[in-house]
Amino acid sequence: RVDEWTDVDRKRVMNDIISTMFNNKFMEELFKPQDLYSKKALRTVYDRLAHASIMRLNQASMDKLYDLMTMAFKYQVLLCPRPRDILLVTFNHLDAIKDFISDSPGILNQVDETFRRLIETYNCLSDGEFQLIRQTLLIFFQDMHIRVSIFLKDKVQNSNGRFVLPISGPVPWGTEVPGLIRIFNHKGVEVKRAEFTTAGNYVTPQREGSFELYGDRVLKLGTNMYSVTRPVETHMSGSSKNLASQAKEHTAPNPLAKEELNFLARLLGGLDIQKPAGGESGFRLNLFTTDEEEEHAAQTRPEELSYKVINIEATQ
Amino acid sequence: SQAAWCELPSRVLLVLTSQRGVQMYEADGSTMVFWHALDVPELPAAHSVFARGIAAAGGRFICVGTSFGAVLVFDVPPKGTNVTLSEVLEQHRDPITDIAAEQGQAPDGAGDLVTADDSGTLCLWSSGEEFTLLGKIPGSGCTCSSVALWKGIVAAGYGNGQIRLWEAGSGRIRAQVSAHARWIYALDLAPLTGKLLSGAEDSFVHVWKLSRNPDTDDIEVQHCHAECVTDTQVCGARFCDPAGDTFAVTGYDLSEILCY
Repeated sequence: RVDEWTDVDRKRVMNDIISTMFNNKFMEELFKPQDLYSKKALRTVYDRLAHASIMRLNQASMDKLYDLMTMAFKYQVLLCPRPRDILLVTFNHLDAIKDFISDSPGILNQVDETFRRLIETYNCLSDGEFQLIRQTLLIFFQDMHIRVSIFLKDKVQNSNGRFVLPISGPVPWGTEVPGLIRIFNHKGVEVKRAEFTTAGNYVTPQREGSFELYGDRVLKLGTNMYSVTRPVETHMSGSSKNLASQAKEHTAPNPLAKEELNFLARLLGGLDIQKPAGGESGFRLNLFTTDEEEEHAAQTRPEELSYKVINIEATQ
Repeated sequence: SQAAWCELPSRVLLVLTSQRGVQMYEADGSTMVFWHALDVPELPAAHSVFARGIAAAGGRFICVGTSFGAVLVFDVPPKGTNVTLSEVLEQHRDPITDIAAEQGQAPDGAGDLVTADDSGTLCLWSSGEEFTLLGKIPGSGCTCSSVALWKGIVAAGYGNGQIRLWEAGSGRIRAQVSAHARWIYALDLAPLTGKLLSGAEDSFVHVWKLSRNPDTDDIEVQHCHAECVTDTQVCGARFCDPAGDTFAVTGYDLSEILCY
């Protein structure tokens, strides 16, 4: 039960997971140029990370946590005003993480190291390259429409699972508010101006977000969704379109399976999991209101939305 | 990956591009006529390798862009599978985003092909046994995601939502439109009327009318119509007829094609 946890326990779990995630070896592997992993591979890594401490989750809660993470991330990538803003979203994530471990200088250092690596690797990429990264990520999340309670409440997601794309607000940095047509003569002198109107209601942005180690990111995407306690329900009925393609992904023989297993082994090898010392029993996190609800969720999860987790014993 | 119909006087081919290279099929999809593999480096490089940008040019060639910036020119026979790589055009230093061939009558010296890249640089070519570079319009840092060419007017859509019209012959900018609030994904042109279609991530599709003022020779652009595809990032937009009376739209996470 989560309410039996003490602050010390919470701190411990936070520190363990974050330090595991940001350890050198793991980051080393992540930063190697490589293709996007499969859904199975991603889920496997996520499972490992979630269990990097004394916290345990049953299958149903783990599935729900992953659903939440997936849809939140999809939302953030989709709504980025500029392709380059996916980097600002990442920086928002890191800023929030640094806040969680602000009194652990060792782990803070690890996170800053990763921050510097990100800046070094990505700040120089062109818009086109960022758009390619963004498109690749969006293809990964295509056709996922799990409904998330707080998104539905905040009117950020429709009841059909699709995200709301606002047609008002500030335009991205570097874009002009739509509406102006300028005509130039053969000497390059502007000779005419015309305007057109649309249903959109856009305004000019105030300033650009910072891509430095410290700074105001301006963009709110990627900031802590749960900074105030919010419900964590997700709804799955009818949320997976295109069942045929999903089934295909699970059953078609993957010629790269061996490659991927090797890659996973290397990646997970970098995750130094702290097993609870003899006597420590660990705490189970249940994302449902009762144990019975969790059990019920596990039994009624639609087949096409079940994640098949790969079991790997990675040895150093 | 991209797919495009390439209409040549003698035949129509379906051309597909991907990370592996280029494939060409007969119009009914029955046989693969030709495939060209891209040189993939041994170890995964920091930059991905892919082909992008397809256009038929000069009644005989099919041009395909690559992530290296090179444009592959394939010579296509009227029948059969003897497609050959005729030339590699190396004027771009950034990945090719789109290629377009002249869809109307080009004025003298205007060329019949335009290629665009990630940096916003546009190159104008005259097709033939040997392609000639007629002009280069340097980019200003914003990706040119989509191009069209009509009667010597280059219509270019950019990642920052702008549409720019350039004079193909002189390489001068003739119009600038703050068209969209997000990345423009698609441009299409209706050659019979000069209508231009633009689709972007802001959910909007706009129809514009291009024309030349016969007195001043200025290029004019008017806004005709706007459609908002609610909660959808538009990824593809094409006219369904050469006059531009109907058009079709596709979007991210959308399993339907919407027709207007």
